[in-house]
Amino acid sequence: MTDTHFEILRSGINTTIQDAGRNHLYHIGITLSGAIDQRNYKLANNLVDNQLTEALIEFAYQGPLLKLKNGKINFAITGDIFFNIIRNNSKIEEGKCYQNYILNDGEQIDIISTKKSVYGYLSVSGGFKLEETWGSYSINTKAQIGPNDGKKYSINEKIFIKKSHIKNIKDKKINYKDSFDKIIRVIKGTNFDYFSNEAKIKFFNEDYLVTRLVDRMGMRLKGPNLKNIVNTNIKSEGLIKGTIQIPADGNPIILLSDHGTIGGYPKIAIVISADLDKVGQLTPGTKIKFQEVSLADAEKLFKNYLEKTNKYLNEYN
Amino acid sequence: MIKNISNLGDAAVYCDFGLEVNETVNSNVIDYFNHLRHLVNQKKIQGINNLTPSYNKLIISFDLSVTNFSKLKKIIENLNIKKSIKKNNQKIKIPVCCDNKYGLDFDRLSSKLNLSKEEILNFFFDKEYFCYMTGFIAGMPFFGDLNEKIRFDRLETPRIKVPEGSVGITEQFTNIYTFESPGGWNIIGNTPKAVFQKLNLQDPALIKPGDKVSFYQISKEEHLKFND
Repeated sequence: MTDTHFEILRSGINTTIQDAGRNHLYHIGITLSGAIDQRNYKLANNLVDNQLTEALIEFAYQGPLLKLKNGKINFAITGDIFFNIIRNNSKIEEGKCYQNYILNDGEQIDIISTKKSVYGYLSVSGGFKLEETWGSYSINTKAQIGPNDGKKYSINEKIFIKKSHIKNIKDKKINYKDSFDKIIRVIKGTNFDYFSNEAKIKFFNEDYLVTRLVDRMGMRLKGPNLKNIVNTNIKSEGLIKGTIQIPADGNPIILLSDHGTIGGYPKIAIVISADLDKVGQLTPGTKIKFQEVSLADAEKLFKNYLEKTNKYLNEYN
Repeated sequence: MIKNISNLGDAAVYCDFGLEVNETVNSNVIDYFNHLRHLVNQKKIQGINNLTPSYNKLIISFDLSVTNFSKLKKIIENLNIKKSIKKNNQKIKIPVCCDNKYGLDFDRLSSKLNLSKEEILNFFFDKEYFCYMTGFIAGMPFFGDLNEKIRFDRLETPRIKVPEGSVGITEQFTNIYTFESPGGWNIIGNTPKAVFQKLNLQDPALIKPGDKVSFYQISKEEHLKFND
């Protein structure tokens, strides 16, 4: 008899394992990885009584169809997701995010799609049986690092689940809803003065459209062209998640969790830490605006973000 | 020395060593990098997530729930950097096949630089290079400086896919594409040597900032058989 696992009946568009991310390797070109939306990642773990740093399944747009084999689990899904649970009596139960469910041997989870966001998270009590690489379980598909040989999951593959006690599972529910606010707060970047006065005004006043060119590496925007009056290239230097670069074509790129570790495009601004989850969840076609904040305000806003996260995490403790 | 320390967003420190790109400035960056890395490994500084040295900058990203910019700035200002505590001075030899199957941009380079393929290769192989940094993609090394006669701009339109192992040149620099990746450098050859080995968990990147590298030419047959 094999261990408890999910059999993948449909892989979904981009189904991977993610966690808090992989640190201390930027200097050899290995990027952060990790869940794009760190708050929803933590909430998913919290709902099934896992450590907040446990690895889980991240999916994008259309998620996977998973059949549970050889066991019984307690699971939860977070995000803004439309999903069904297919019970053993063939009854289809509409799933709700931010609450836990028991899934019996042979039953299925059908993650149909995200609604107004890109990413969702599926956690199981006890976590998945995976091998760690450099302090993280995150799958980095570019460098092919992490579980499943660093590749996204495909049909017929299995994801094994660690043994856990699922007696006396309490129902848990978090009363959470993403804000879907379209104002992205930023701090001016180190090359802000490479841009004309007109470009600086446009950057903070006009709408930017999230294009279809979005993945875990970054997000290309389209909007008023920003004129660079100094140099459209800089000597390559380090990058971080949330950096907004302006390449020669004048259209911004926001870097996300799988970004290249160094690059040579001017940095006009950096998204504040409190808004990174929100940025990662923006869907193509959304219009956003950038708003400047000071470093001191950004630090306060991050404190608020953490407090709000903790408030939800403590709701049932 | 660091000319200016500023914040890069709310969770990173931007240490600027100036605009010049040369071995002296870069060695200084690497000294700071090694010193800080040592302190992080010894758990003498809390909250640092990553250190990214480049030609003339050092970026330190940190966990904003543990520390903040002003605390780290003070620590960095008060560091007593000893020159080259642990200098990387490996000498590495890298085989490169420059057959036209791999050297994708000789036509462009020959016409722009007004040099034959042979002349370009003579200038390229006749030098030992210094590794300024690794990154962009896992393990990708950036070396300098090329002979002035073979310096040229990036492609106007970058390639969507540069093959793994490609050796590229642009401006005063040369690099190795450790994975298939988008890229705009002029490709002059390909190395069969694994420059990034993910299975070597202790030390996946063969070449590190501060290392010296020389390239040597191999034939198409030698390239094919290299990993047999």
